[in-house]
Amino acid sequence: MTQNAQQEIVKEPSMLKQKAMIAGNYDKLTSAPETGLKVAATYVPGNLNELIMCFDMGNNLPEINAINNGMRKKSGGMITEAEKLGHSEDVCTYVKADVGMMAKGNIAPNGKALPVPDLLMLSYTGCFTFMKWFELLRDQYGCETAMLHVPYEGDGVITDNMRDYVVKQLKEEVIPKMEKVSGVKFDIDRLREYMRNSAKAEDDLVWVLESAKNKPSPIDAYFGGVYYIGPIFSAFRGTEDAIDYYRMLRTEIEARLAAGKGPITPEGELDEEKYRLVVEGPPNWTSFRDFWKMFYEEGAVVVASTYTKVGGVYDQGFRHDPDRPLESLAEYCLGCYTNRNLPGRVDLIEKYMKEYQADGFLINSIKSCNSFSAGQLLMMREIETRTGKPAAFIETDLVDPRYFSAANVKNRLESYFQMIDQKRRGGGSASTAA
Amino acid sequence: MKTFIGIDLGSTTTKAVMLDENCEVLGRGITNSRSNYETAAAVAKQEATVAARLHLFRRGLNARGLGGDTETLNAMMADLERNFRLEQFLEQLQDLQDTCGGFVTPERFHGKEADAKAALDTVFERLRGEAPGMFAPDAARKSDFFRDIAGSRFMQIGEEVAKETGLGFDQLLNVYDKSIIDVENRPPAGGMSAKFQRALDRVVADSGLVMDPEKATEAMAEAMDTQLEETYVVGTGYGRVTLPFPKEHIRSEILCHGLGAHMMFPGTRTVLDIGGQDTKAIQVDPAGIVENFQMNDRCAAGCGRYLGYIADEMNMGLHELGPMAMKATKSVRINSTCTVFAGAELRDRLALGEKREDIVAGLHRAIILRAMSIISRSGGIDPQGEFTFTGGVANNEAAVTELKKLVNENYGEVTINISPASIYTGALGAAEFARRATAN
Repeated sequence: MTQNAQQEIVKEPSMLKQKAMIAGNYDKLTSAPETGLKVAATYVPGNLNELIMCFDMGNNLPEINAINNGMRKKSGGMITEAEKLGHSEDVCTYVKADVGMMAKGNIAPNGKALPVPDLLMLSYTGCFTFMKWFELLRDQYGCETAMLHVPYEGDGVITDNMRDYVVKQLKEEVIPKMEKVSGVKFDIDRLREYMRNSAKAEDDLVWVLESAKNKPSPIDAYFGGVYYIGPIFSAFRGTEDAIDYYRMLRTEIEARLAAGKGPITPEGELDEEKYRLVVEGPPNWTSFRDFWKMFYEEGAVVVASTYTKVGGVYDQGFRHDPDRPLESLAEYCLGCYTNRNLPGRVDLIEKYMKEYQADGFLINSIKSCNSFSAGQLLMMREIETRTGKPAAFIETDLVDPRYFSAANVKNRLESYFQMIDQKRRGGGSASTAA
Repeated sequence: MKTFIGIDLGSTTTKAVMLDENCEVLGRGITNSRSNYETAAAVAKQEATVAARLHLFRRGLNARGLGGDTETLNAMMADLERNFRLEQFLEQLQDLQDTCGGFVTPERFHGKEADAKAALDTVFERLRGEAPGMFAPDAARKSDFFRDIAGSRFMQIGEEVAKETGLGFDQLLNVYDKSIIDVENRPPAGGMSAKFQRALDRVVADSGLVMDPEKATEAMAEAMDTQLEETYVVGTGYGRVTLPFPKEHIRSEILCHGLGAHMMFPGTRTVLDIGGQDTKAIQVDPAGIVENFQMNDRCAAGCGRYLGYIADEMNMGLHELGPMAMKATKSVRINSTCTVFAGAELRDRLALGEKREDIVAGLHRAIILRAMSIISRSGGIDPQGEFTFTGGVANNEAAVTELKKLVNENYGEVTINISPASIYTGALGAAEFARRATAN
């Protein structure tokens, strides 16, 4: 790693705000024993933050903890700990990082222990592992569980039946359970208010993500994108804080766009946009900076990504709707990216390739994440056929540092970028007897 | 004349190809990669230059109407090259002897320096004595690299001499180990013309060729004096980033292999390259442009190194594995795709009484099965297009046999191309990129 790469990332005001928001939430959670705050644990896809807030509960997201531990180089030891407890090598590494974190005292980034959750809120079944994960946690904590079964979009559409089924569960199972755990009575007007806030933030987020349609793109919609989705995918959707954050972010990106600037990278602004990519799959977190560097060093900018849609596909028109609060929560859960069928995912990616004028399509396949990885090679072929653009496939992991082979990934990426170049130039035949 | 050089820095060997302006291959060179890529690149380039000089000499002979029919000329050129290699070997041997001499110090030999010196002189004298035999027309060498040839012979002769003189073999070996690293990291010294001339003299004298020595010498001088201008160099392979090249002189080996295979066989649509530490399947369009590729992920199972490891486990030379597998009467099933586990399976099968050749055949099948999976992930083989197999493993007959069988089973009748120069595919593509870089 060069000296440059070790420099601190350039901090814009929105970044500082987000940092403070996340730190504030960890403080709120770790001080629960003193404040008496009730805590729900839930996942990013299907995260019903507005509903959780209606019961004055805190929101702790184990996936976010795993990502945090991955980026702070702590997940490796936690995974080893989970393996000692009997979890095999093939298990989702978010799960193992979380189990290992618990075994090591569940220490949050602020150095204090996270509280035992009062409620495990499983509000998404687009990932089957989530269910098993909470089964493990329930066994460990012995706390209440609320489960919302979210039917898979097998036919690529959300039917009235599907939505009604989810709403019914919300009314009859989830909300009563939350009332019981929190001791707070459900107030639908309060939910409407939070959802109004959500929609405002969602509008600005979509504007930011779509700013990448410009050439050059003022953002990187994957490496930068994972920061941009932070507040809305976690404990802040529906809050005033989130509205402020996205307003601030939008203002910053508007300024970048007006100045014709490219995205900010850990080593400053990207001078020249050479390749515009659409990326499918989560990033690697343990070597996030090194991974990102392999892109910006070559002038590659991700203009659209599917990972930034795992906690809600807002850019296709969905908004939390205060006039149909429960129906809209149901539609939110049903529409999350990994709950969509393969043809639906292919259609979305194709749309991104065209609308964002991408030069190529890249898949970062995660071996231990079946809800993302199953079918990805087929998706890749289909995108190549439909768009005629070159595609490539790399393999890394979420938070297990052992599964990131920098030399291999770099080699493939460099080959891929040169392949795009060669295709652009059209090459030219040359043959010789050899 | 303008020349364009491609250098492929692989994990095991480093290859160089030199092209002229008309895209004709002037010369190819290969050496072991050692720990120093810069030296490896310099040596490979020098080897390619040697081959280029021979090529130019041949052109010169043809132009002068010398050398007779193609067969005679081929034989003579082969003789010339062998003799040149012998000259080169002797020169490096002298360098090794001198370097060893420098390590004969009182700290190391405690008053027995003179004995050590004499022992080393005897060893090198014998090495020199057997050298012409090693480079004789039909001599089989385990390897063409100086380190391998000199090393294996030093071990044997050194031990004999140590016994005869009562010196510790360990001490001699220690001096050799120190010296070989220095010698290997020093590209062979210049004076190419003199070596060529000496080689030519030997050939003319030995073969009894009817050739006007004056004209032959004139052709040789012309070949030697032709300025080979290094117009553009492109590097590829794993060591490429360590080369003192600017970024635009570096190409990924995927692109180079794709283009190289296309140049060798323009009908190529699918390329399989099995190199030392990676296996890649590449799909190319009719112009040799890469459309898609897949590589082995995270582990080296199914690569050339796998065979290297097995050869070590069986205490054999890498080149001996293929011929041994060809003697198999059946193929023992090896389930493990992990290199290290394959070693365990190998010992297990031996313990069960399976024959070595049958086990080795099974190991070849295992690596090809792995390659087949990578091919299918890259998009498979279109039977309408040609399939080209490249990389060091393409020289292994047993691997090729297994590949042909499996390709046929999976894709039907497919034209399979294997060039005798397949190991140079990446370097050839790189050289062509170099040529195009200046042409555009």
